[in-house]
Amino acid sequence: MSDPLLKVRGLKIGATVYPPDAKPHKIKIVHGVDFELQKGKVLGLIGESGAGKSTIGLSALGYGRGGVELTDGEVWVNGRDILKGGIGDLRKLRGAEVTYVAQSAAASFNPAKKIMDQVVEASVSQGKFSRADAEAKARLLFDKLGLPDPDNIGSRYPHQVSGGQLQRCMTALALCPEPDLVVFDEPTTALDVTTQIDVLAAIKEAIRDTGVAALYITHDLAVVAQVSDEIMVLKMGNMVEYGTVDQIINHPQEDYTKALVSVRSINHEEKTPTQPILSAKNITARYKGTKFDVLHDVSIDISPGQTLAVVGESGSGKSTLARVITGLLPPKGGSTDFAGRTLTPDQPSRSREDLRELQMIYQMADVAMNPRQTVGTIIGRPLEFYFGMKGEEKRKRIAELLEEIEMGDGFIDRYPAELSGGQKQRVCIARALAAKPKLIICDEVTSALDPLVADGILKLLLNLQKREDVAYLFITHDLATVRAIADSIAVMYQGKVVRYGTKSEVLSPPFDDYTDLLLSSVPEMKIGWLENVIATRKMESAGN
Amino acid sequence: MHPILKLVSQRLALGLLLLLAASALIFVGTQILPGDVAQSILGQSATPEALANLRKDLGLNEPALSRYFSWLGGAIQGDLGTALTNGQDIATSMGKRLGNTLFLAFWAAVVSVPLAIFLGLVAVRYKDRWPDKMISAVTLTSISIPEFLIGYVLMYFVGVKLGWAPSVAMINDSMSLGQKLHAIALPVTVLTLVVLAHMMRMTRAAILNVMQSAYIETAELKGLSSFQVISRHAFPNAIAPIVNVVMLNLAYLVVGVVVVEVVFVYPGMGQYLVDHVAKRDVPVVQACGLVFAAVYILLNMVADIVSILANPRLRHPK
Repeated sequence: MSDPLLKVRGLKIGATVYPPDAKPHKIKIVHGVDFELQKGKVLGLIGESGAGKSTIGLSALGYGRGGVELTDGEVWVNGRDILKGGIGDLRKLRGAEVTYVAQSAAASFNPAKKIMDQVVEASVSQGKFSRADAEAKARLLFDKLGLPDPDNIGSRYPHQVSGGQLQRCMTALALCPEPDLVVFDEPTTALDVTTQIDVLAAIKEAIRDTGVAALYITHDLAVVAQVSDEIMVLKMGNMVEYGTVDQIINHPQEDYTKALVSVRSINHEEKTPTQPILSAKNITARYKGTKFDVLHDVSIDISPGQTLAVVGESGSGKSTLARVITGLLPPKGGSTDFAGRTLTPDQPSRSREDLRELQMIYQMADVAMNPRQTVGTIIGRPLEFYFGMKGEEKRKRIAELLEEIEMGDGFIDRYPAELSGGQKQRVCIARALAAKPKLIICDEVTSALDPLVADGILKLLLNLQKREDVAYLFITHDLATVRAIADSIAVMYQGKVVRYGTKSEVLSPPFDDYTDLLLSSVPEMKIGWLENVIATRKMESAGN
Repeated sequence: MHPILKLVSQRLALGLLLLLAASALIFVGTQILPGDVAQSILGQSATPEALANLRKDLGLNEPALSRYFSWLGGAIQGDLGTALTNGQDIATSMGKRLGNTLFLAFWAAVVSVPLAIFLGLVAVRYKDRWPDKMISAVTLTSISIPEFLIGYVLMYFVGVKLGWAPSVAMINDSMSLGQKLHAIALPVTVLTLVVLAHMMRMTRAAILNVMQSAYIETAELKGLSSFQVISRHAFPNAIAPIVNVVMLNLAYLVVGVVVVEVVFVYPGMGQYLVDHVAKRDVPVVQACGLVFAAVYILLNMVADIVSILANPRLRHPK
């Protein structure tokens, strides 16, 4: 075997943390990893947040984000240990030999400069190509990556193209200087599934055509299985398992890898709909000062003690529907019946009983809690407000609720900052539950969480539903989550419900075009899935 | 209509409205002072008959509202009335003074704005290291010392002891540009020291804020040098807050130079205003107030418009 392009030996990475009420101290985030990457191959780095995968990826550019330091070990690129040289040597490497594709292209493009200026900047300032040559190369890449109007898209500003297009521009930016290695850091995580599949296919094709090697970082095993030759599983800064895609997906050895492979395998029997507890009829809504309806004639029913999943891409109107039902956005037309009465359209005029019985849980648990209140105060607030509880009685109920969310009353005096992401979301669930609601609106409550943690939250929600007989309106863009939790499903697209019914009805053919596109775009943990889907789609469009 | 055009015309209209409100405030402010113009002209010992006659001549018996509108109407046409003390046309005598003040402010701005931004960039580049700390310390010290004190200290050492620049900044039309610049060297230095800290610190803060953005990391990972990252990628996104504080300081250079002009006996608006306040020459005070207000509003309006133009989302809508 020839000399590897990238060789990492005993890499240890540390960081200095500055806790608010303690002295700054150093922590270790990567505890010595080894791997190699041959020319033209793709290695997937997979793990949950905090596993150190981005940190390891950036080490290939000799870069530590924030206070991160590469403390020990060797990183060999093209036969040089890049950690031995100074910053000047690293600058020659960055943007020339090794480039980087960030998770959020929207944030990673400079809003004040044209796309073309940014795409060719590294090539030109590194002296690899002249400006004209680099621009010609960029236009070729735009074309190859399937961007519309490849000759002129470069003269636009980042805010003038869509998120999926910008992510492809970012890929062009990384490929333009003809590097030997590209680090892809969750390049499709921020995209809708139907966009993700196109970007994924474009990236894969570009890697194949240019013969560049890549580190592909993601938390989604199904995605990494489509683009990688080998996969390394990381957990808490340690390597758990390292092997070919086939070995990891089909024959995982370690328990942790097995858990990652089998994630979202919750088996939930759907219940048959009954007399609805909430029934929204012909809702039409628009935001103040805009000229377009964001919801068109939306009608849904939710049965008591059951879950209606509302699924759709960003901008489809799912969250707006939740705002209408909670009264935060009074609708232009339509009405909402809840527990046998008609709700007033705006939240301030609703009775305390209406407010109590309809609770909400949000995507971002950490901004949905006051950081200066303890868990006890946060959960205790609805107990005081709705039931007038005080003193010992309140404390007992808080302890009960903490028990219900599987955390225990040891957390009662903790602050949100002292909790993990999953624990924060559990506290938010307890706060909603404290009001003894009949319906909880869950707005993307697992989207910000790692798959295993999200699984735990979904199981908890299902258990609570059984015990408390509470109904959920579950808003999500993730079809795996829908399968795990829903009794009924409403598929939304551009403000309309395009498909609606029980889970088994909605998820079985014949499909309408949009649902078909949505379902077929969800990555599956199978090697070659991506090629199959693309081939099928090409055949279909050729047939049409 | 292009959104930029709409926003800019909104700002212009708001500026005019604000100027109108300021003119009303100035007029009301001078009206509620005890005594009136007739009293000030004739002095304490004037007979009631003489006062009544003069009031009639000056139109002071008209209702305040109609006097305000005739004053405003005159001001719009460039007629600011005549000074009570010497009977000269205010617009003519103020025009030259204003020119001198703008001359001083212009050169102070030419020195201080690029210097402040450059020092801000250097402070960001060497954040928390000695150049940053030294720049902060020096500029903060200079802003903390009252400007008249800096003025007198410079006058003593640079003007009197070293003899590098005249300690009295007299200029007139017969001087060449070089002579004029030499004459105003000391007041320009004082003004620069006074406004530097504010602009430099805002530049530093605005750029540091931008330096947290993900696109700065992208730029660093392209292998650009620190200075390229700051000047090409951070600075263009920090223009709006910087322009705002620059304009506030430019306005200060015009409106707030009173003390410095008096210290250096510079024949500008400040001197003129102070002289006539001392003599209770109300029409001159009103006229100066109006001009200062106009300069202030104009510069802040320019800041607003530049901030709007600096935003690519507004310049290039989808």
